[in-house]
Amino acid sequence: MAFSINQHCVNCFACESVCPNQAIHEAKPHFIIEAKLCTECNGEYDEPQCASICPIEGAILDASGEPLNPLGSLTGIPVERLRQLAEARP
Amino acid sequence: MSNATVLEGAAKPSGCSSSGCGSSADHLSHLSDDIRQKVQNHPCYSEQAHHYFARMHVAVAPACNIQCNYCNRKYDCANESRPGVVSELLTPEQAVKKTLAVAAAIPQMTVLGIAGPGDPLANPERTFATFRELSEKAPDIKLCVSTNGLNLPDCVEELTRHNIDHVTITINCVDPDIGAKIYPWIFWNNRRIRGRKAAQILIDQQQKGLEMLTARGVLVKVNSVMIPGVNDEHLKEVSKIVKAKGAFLHNVMPLIAEEEHGTYYGIMHQRSPSAEELQSLQDACAGDMAMMRHCRQCRADAVGLLGEDRGAEFTLDKIEQMDIDYGAAMTQRAKVQEELTQQLNASRKSTPQTAFVSLDSLRRKPTARPVLMAVATAGGNLVNQHFGHAKEFLVYEASSQGVRFIGHRKTDLYCTGANECGDRDTTLTRSIEALTGCEVVLCSKIGFEPWEQLEAAGVMPNSEHAMEPIEEAVAAVYAELVAAGKLVDNTVGSDAKAIA
Repeated sequence: MAFSINQHCVNCFACESVCPNQAIHEAKPHFIIEAKLCTECNGEYDEPQCASICPIEGAILDASGEPLNPLGSLTGIPVERLRQLAEARP
Repeated sequence: MSNATVLEGAAKPSGCSSSGCGSSADHLSHLSDDIRQKVQNHPCYSEQAHHYFARMHVAVAPACNIQCNYCNRKYDCANESRPGVVSELLTPEQAVKKTLAVAAAIPQMTVLGIAGPGDPLANPERTFATFRELSEKAPDIKLCVSTNGLNLPDCVEELTRHNIDHVTITINCVDPDIGAKIYPWIFWNNRRIRGRKAAQILIDQQQKGLEMLTARGVLVKVNSVMIPGVNDEHLKEVSKIVKAKGAFLHNVMPLIAEEEHGTYYGIMHQRSPSAEELQSLQDACAGDMAMMRHCRQCRADAVGLLGEDRGAEFTLDKIEQMDIDYGAAMTQRAKVQEELTQQLNASRKSTPQTAFVSLDSLRRKPTARPVLMAVATAGGNLVNQHFGHAKEFLVYEASSQGVRFIGHRKTDLYCTGANECGDRDTTLTRSIEALTGCEVVLCSKIGFEPWEQLEAAGVMPNSEHAMEPIEEAVAAVYAELVAAGKLVDNTVGSDAKAIA
């Protein structure tokens, strides 16, 4: 079981600095989680560290591919408004 | 970013040695001599110094441990100038190289700050590695850091070890209910904490950090973002508290919020304060402590004098090509900075005399009302910029009390990419909008067309004082207006209108 990082990542280093297993590395075009080192913080912390500091919704996924910080969970901007904005973008 | 010290008791009556005698420009007069010495060539702390000395930020600190509603961590645009925006993240090694290159090329650069794009103290290894190497290789450069304060108490010892004597803390509130409207979450003790509880922890850490720094004699400036309807009234209380704890300067900045920035406040259409609202709050806070009004809210990788950004001259690929002899550069820098300090001191001595002469004549006409005047300047504390080239104007208030610096108005807050951003008419319209409330604009030159439009908008252009020191020129124009009988106190007139 391991988390993963997708293209929404802004390469801010926050997760890298808090990972207890040094499983996260800088890479292009975005940071990556080394699956064989990731423990999902089980037995180490109550909450997975990378997902607890990541500022970007949808950038870190659980083993089933679901975002740990879903749309609207971090900024307080209503999901409806975020969808509208996404649709308006070319 | 900010800094403080318990020095208000050290206020010394210094006569009229400052151009802003008794005004905001003299906001450092309450400090002891050694503190004044420390800040006299720091463009971010001294209103006068910012005309002569330059600063740079190196973007080595990408991570952040809190979320602010005015910040969007996704942003990166070369044409934007505002906090948190940065084009090129640097490693500590690259940052040191860039600093040495800039210091060699721009000898008036006195200050290196780390301000983001995240929180410097949420990236302690990268931040302190940069400071450590710079304090060895470039001992003539002042080092500063700016922080949200969450990790500050844990970093105070290390900060003092690296001889960092200027720290800025962004403090937007001391009330957790207000904080909950500004900060959606913090990362604290290995958890994401939200709401009021998060705000309370952040506030406690900021206040503790402020107290620890001032107890160690570190200069602390406090930055606050003015958010209308959220913390605007509350900032008066913040100002009192941080001053009592020894902050030496309070910098109240306007919220920047546009939908296209993708911030919570931008998307939710939280409005920014008007220039008049900002000035009014700064005036209200000024009763309690030294206020800073010349802040340009620069980028986390800004280079040059405040209000300009020469970052594009020092990109990584360009500095790779540069061959720097820092020993030689340091000698050159010392010489240039000595000359600039002399110019600065000369302007401090000369201006009040002129101001005094004109004030003397004004006192016989006590009914003259105050006037706001805008100035186009390219630096050096002179009226020396063409109206059409001004990206911002410095605003001064002239009154029978003297001339005081009020703040700056940008012609376009966000974008510097002139080509993409509309035609000349739009630019002119923006400049005229930026001058709302000002009755005169001083510049070195101005074209016929803008002259006409400005006059029609009630702003009188004046290029007769080109190349003169700013305060002298403003005082002279004010004296002319008074002599011409144009400034009879209008409160009588408006009362009459109200009655009618």
